[in-house]
Amino acid sequence: MTFQAEWLRAMLLSTSLVFAATGPTLADSAPGEGKVTDFLLDNGMEVVVIPDHRAPIVTHMVWYKIGSADEPPGKSGIAHFFEHLMFKATTNHAAGEFDRAVSDIGGSNNAFTSYDYTAFHETVAPQALEQMMSFEADRMRNLILTDDVIKTERDVILEERRMRIDNNPEAVLDEEVDATLWQNQPYRIPVIGWMQEMEQLNRTDATAFYDKYYRPNNAVLIVAGDVEPDAVKALAEKTFGKVARGPDLPPRVRPIEPEQNTKRTVTLSDARVSVPSFSKQWVVPSYHSGKDGEAEALDLLAEILGGGTRSRLYQQLVVKQGIASNAGAFFQGTMLDDTNFTVYGAPRGDAKLADVEAAVDAEVMRIAKDGVTSEELEKAKDRYVRSMIFARDKQDSMANIYGSTLATGGNVQDVQQWPDRIRKVTADEVKAVAARYLVLDHSTTGYLLPQTQAGN
Amino acid sequence: MTRLGTIRFRLHIAVLFLSVLFLILPAVTARASVAIQDVKSSKGVDAWLVEDYSVPIIAIRFVFDGGSTQDPPGKEGLANLMTGLFDEGAGNLDSEAFQIRLDDVGAEMSFDERRDGTYGSMRMLAERKDEAFDLLRLAITQPRFDQAPIDRIRAQILSGIIAGENDPDTIAQTKWAEAIYGAHPYARSDQGTRQSIATITPDDLRAFHKANFARSGLHVAVVGAIDAETLKQKLDLLFGDLPEKQQLKPVADIDPRLAQHVEVNYALPQTSLQLAYPGVKRDAPDFFAAALMNEILGGGTFTSRLFSEVREKRGLAYSVNSSLINQDHADALIITTATRSDRAAQTLGIVRDVVKRMAEEGPTEEELAATKKYMIGAYAINNLNSSSAIAATLVELQVDKLGIDYMQRRTAYINGVTLDQVKAAAKKLLSAEPAIMVVGPKLGEVANGG
Repeated sequence: MTFQAEWLRAMLLSTSLVFAATGPTLADSAPGEGKVTDFLLDNGMEVVVIPDHRAPIVTHMVWYKIGSADEPPGKSGIAHFFEHLMFKATTNHAAGEFDRAVSDIGGSNNAFTSYDYTAFHETVAPQALEQMMSFEADRMRNLILTDDVIKTERDVILEERRMRIDNNPEAVLDEEVDATLWQNQPYRIPVIGWMQEMEQLNRTDATAFYDKYYRPNNAVLIVAGDVEPDAVKALAEKTFGKVARGPDLPPRVRPIEPEQNTKRTVTLSDARVSVPSFSKQWVVPSYHSGKDGEAEALDLLAEILGGGTRSRLYQQLVVKQGIASNAGAFFQGTMLDDTNFTVYGAPRGDAKLADVEAAVDAEVMRIAKDGVTSEELEKAKDRYVRSMIFARDKQDSMANIYGSTLATGGNVQDVQQWPDRIRKVTADEVKAVAARYLVLDHSTTGYLLPQTQAGN
Repeated sequence: MTRLGTIRFRLHIAVLFLSVLFLILPAVTARASVAIQDVKSSKGVDAWLVEDYSVPIIAIRFVFDGGSTQDPPGKEGLANLMTGLFDEGAGNLDSEAFQIRLDDVGAEMSFDERRDGTYGSMRMLAERKDEAFDLLRLAITQPRFDQAPIDRIRAQILSGIIAGENDPDTIAQTKWAEAIYGAHPYARSDQGTRQSIATITPDDLRAFHKANFARSGLHVAVVGAIDAETLKQKLDLLFGDLPEKQQLKPVADIDPRLAQHVEVNYALPQTSLQLAYPGVKRDAPDFFAAALMNEILGGGTFTSRLFSEVREKRGLAYSVNSSLINQDHADALIITTATRSDRAAQTLGIVRDVVKRMAEEGPTEEELAATKKYMIGAYAINNLNSSSAIAATLVELQVDKLGIDYMQRRTAYINGVTLDQVKAAAKKLLSAEPAIMVVGPKLGEVANGG
């Protein structure tokens, strides 16, 4: 259907998500009968090869295990800023040369930064793979950072912040909800950074960041497409393998959350808003931080509670009661540390926001108290299995699933065994995570309200 | 956060798939060439098929000519409301029964309207194709348009309309469309207005469906694990019993009204700028000359002139690009960017300087050679990166009447363009005085440090 409450969903999409994935999805074997292979280079760089011989195309990605949640205090935005700086001149290539090389062969390239990782990618014909590796290996260590380059590019990321956040009330609220949900964990800080800290980022910060994190022993290479593992290995050794290993990095231990024991609300009233909306979040385990099966159960819980038009929230609030234009739930499991579980809704017609929130709360309480039916559970599992088959249709989906998993503490086996683990989840386990984590008195709620409306 | 993403400020102009490569997409895979079969069913339904068994799925996409330009005056939003109702009851299945069946079968169905067409698509598992196609048949041929789902979807659309009423970007899109299209149907909102959607009845929907869902305006593409013989049966099943002829109101061609200023003044930290220049028809002899010129000016790479002057050299914007927009009845070249409000006047000046220089001098031989290589190579990556993307591309090729062998011919078209032709296209398109829209504080009346 065409109607999508984008103005509402925008509030929920993490700024860092650039590929739409509801969680890791995987085919048992990639298309073209290729078997996923992984190995280490001598300098510590991890490599994953995902053969897919349907087309003479290859997706080449370098994932660094460094994201905004690893930034030094007071330097928010440096991870994303550095992503931009990686496109500047090196000792071997002038600024723009890499981009031109990619576009000259009709390829595409870009990069993205999240809380836990930064990734650089190119999609090209297989014969250009070595050239891409050579460029990536070069910029891993040979960037030339001048004050002029820093100043101009810093202006670019400030404009990016204005575009994504400051011009947009939903995004402003979202940012401050995160900063309220997370009391200690660095996920409280926006990936793009706080404006006043971004403005001060300088060459010293950038150089220190580069020297510490941009090393082969902190990187994962993902190559998906029309290639063979042996050939990839030979090329990787010839290019990335020549880059010196950096000092061993300490484990990624971040400040952890204190006990969640309050109910917090964040309210933004803005003249641009005509339809109020809310989102409510909890701190929950991720695939990396959770105990066995918890994240799988949370994935299924999110699907059953609010994953789509067949979900409880949509059916109850939008279809049966007719009080909401939209309502749903969301869980992002691929994170290094604990993550968030979100429910949301917006009223329609004469309904009040408070009615929508009360109805959402009621569904949350009901699922925590009474659990899910075996039929709901099976259907949710079927949808996941289906999404894995559909995911095989896009090479970059596969590359992103492996890259994000490996950059958040997982391994190739975790990805491959994921469907079986989803299949094993019981109704009791889904009920247990709902009861354990979705406690209304320990939640953080964001309200986006019209200017004229008083607070909740 | 990406190094280059799409700009939040959306064009109020439908961007067609093949109009231009207008942004850098996340990494994708693609089939570099596809073998397309032309399939004709016994009842005379035509489709293009790419048979591929590497993933056990099938994607179908189709379009009926017409779209929201066919909304009757006073009933704006009719096509849009209709597309929200195809999974809300069909044949003997009511809304809930239909959705449960669709979920059980594991098929994803969607319908959407654009200005010049009503599109439908389905992605299904090959092993459940018979049930999936049967549900799609019901949706296409026997939508129920029951009152309860009509009221529910209408209420959702109404919420969306209300949500935009105080939003400067939405206000700007409306104002812009009215300014450049005047009384033409392209000036109207696809979603309709509070007043217009309130008047829509089940009979309006049935009449619209009957007039638009007919075989004379149908284009179909299918990709995946299905052979031509099986597809023929499915085509008859889906479309064979539809009326022969569409009943469409004629829509006039229009030249967008340029040489005007549209302003939506609002105290925003960042000002959005949009400029419209004349476009070029998709079937015009100088289309590829214009497409190459646009790519060099501000197309989908990190190497365009606008990207270089506005972003790389001066840090004035995160996003700046130009796109050639092709619709059935209007064409334009659109440039968009956004910048800190106190620098908006400066940025606009630089954009106009870059355009002026391109109009006067055209590109260099080196730029043209590099861009030809890019446009030839990038086609597959940008348009053929999944079964659904291929199906969508093949439908647009049919809509644009480019021929089943277009992909083989395209390279020669691009390589055949001369520097003089590109210079001529630049002069023709970019010498015009553009329509300019500013969304943000009034130009020149801002003093902020960030």
